[in-house]
Amino acid sequence: MDKEAITKIRNDFPILKQKINGNRLAYLDNAATMQMPVPILHKINSFYQTSYANVHRSVDTLGFNATKQYEEARGKVASFINAADANEIIFTSGCTDSLNLVAATYGEQNIHEQDEIVLTIMEHHSNLLPWQQLAKRKGAILKYIDLTESQTLDLDDVKKKITAKTKIVAIAHASNILGMMNPIEEVIKIAHQVEAVVVVDGAQAVSHFPIDVQKLDADFYAFSGHKMLAPTGIGVLYGKKNLLNQMPPYRFGGEMIGNVTKYNATWADLPQKFEAGTPNIIGAIGLGYAIDYLHEIGMNRIQTYENELSKYLMQKIEKLDFVAIYGPKENHTGVFSFNLKNIHPHDVATALDMQGIEVRAGHHCAQPLMRRLGVESTVRASLSFYNNKEDIDQLIAGISETEEFFNGTK
Amino acid sequence: MGLNNLRTLYQALVLDHASHPRNKKEMKEATAMQTVHNPSCGDTVNIFVKVQNEKIVDVSFTGSGCTISQASASMLTQSVKDKSVSEALEMTKIFSDLAIGKEHTSDEIEKLGDAAVLTQVMQFPARIKCATISWWALEQALLKKG
Repeated sequence: MDKEAITKIRNDFPILKQKINGNRLAYLDNAATMQMPVPILHKINSFYQTSYANVHRSVDTLGFNATKQYEEARGKVASFINAADANEIIFTSGCTDSLNLVAATYGEQNIHEQDEIVLTIMEHHSNLLPWQQLAKRKGAILKYIDLTESQTLDLDDVKKKITAKTKIVAIAHASNILGMMNPIEEVIKIAHQVEAVVVVDGAQAVSHFPIDVQKLDADFYAFSGHKMLAPTGIGVLYGKKNLLNQMPPYRFGGEMIGNVTKYNATWADLPQKFEAGTPNIIGAIGLGYAIDYLHEIGMNRIQTYENELSKYLMQKIEKLDFVAIYGPKENHTGVFSFNLKNIHPHDVATALDMQGIEVRAGHHCAQPLMRRLGVESTVRASLSFYNNKEDIDQLIAGISETEEFFNGTK
Repeated sequence: MGLNNLRTLYQALVLDHASHPRNKKEMKEATAMQTVHNPSCGDTVNIFVKVQNEKIVDVSFTGSGCTISQASASMLTQSVKDKSVSEALEMTKIFSDLAIGKEHTSDEIEKLGDAAVLTQVMQFPARIKCATISWWALEQALLKKG
């Protein structure tokens, strides 16, 4: 994308034009949440003003049209990740909810004592705790795939940890800390050889590169709307139809039933079986708008541009000898975790904030990974397609100023 | 750049306490100990107190975290040593109150001793918790029946 195209995109995000603590804003916390562009806000506003009604209930015109838009959004999600069937798309409240759904239904049904659940050491707590707690309930065994020396996923360890006893493999598509994509196609192949089911956490992947769940052969794929321009409170669980069909419901209530008598009930077909209660209607429809917006730019173009930005950031940050960068140096995604020598990440984040640079500091909901890396926390700067080289230059200058402030003048 | 603002948070005294923490050690003969975590960043402060006849005869801390959390714990130990339990509890209340935006007179804030410097953290809402967790730990330790 050329400068003109980026400027046009940035004009859709007025928040980027405001000053933070007297300085130009460099919003580099996209791995936490992405900003919402004005065209999506307008469409959401317009939906509320002209089309709002509950879905899948009333036979009136508004209800019918709202239902139509809600289901169209499901169709957009299906084609966005290339699912074979829109009924394989379950709307949830977020990626965390999606992953908990799988653990509470498929996991509860299929995991028994001594079965093995294999995770990676880099999993976000939301793709770790549901499995850890399931394993505790069932007396199952948790195993963690380790990192290589260059802090990528260790494929040899994948082959060691996945055994005939493995029933579930849970893995992030892209790390929220280490700035890399995992070779999940290979992991899925290995898992399928022993008939294990693979649950992919796609939270850090969805707005950054094209996803094809059929090509990956993922059994489950979970992600959140708010990390791809949609509102918070909407998420997606993709599941293969044969798996979703044999799973018990997650929650009970309205709209998820077939027939209810005093002492028994049957369940609705997919996807309603997993969508009890009034869903997040505007969330789902907003997610559809977000997908339209992303398609307009083009996922391949986004990927190419973000790669270019990531390379630029890596070249600059690598030159700072007082900065330790975590994760591999090659094929970096837009997520950069780092620390400054002898300065606590929270002090760094405050100093950057004073310079208008919004980053995250902390353990990023991955405490086992932090321990594996031998740190308590890190600073994390994360890019999206509306960032530009100026943002990166500002970050690099800000890091140098911070170093000077704490270590240079003391 | 806006780093001049940072001086109000990271004053020389604060930086000095962070790089040379006072009373940073485990206390075997403590009458009470309390750990407080800041789950958002992983900071941990363990406060040890030795209370005799309702008086804090010794106080120390261990743990790890950012400049603010470590400096705050260090300053706290100096400020509350040799204070009565009720005086120290009053100090924890003043600090916690300031953290949630309640006002106190400058006379009351002076009771905090050197630790009063850290009330400047209230200008940096995102960092208030860093400074406050050690005071919470102290309060809980003092309220333990031992």
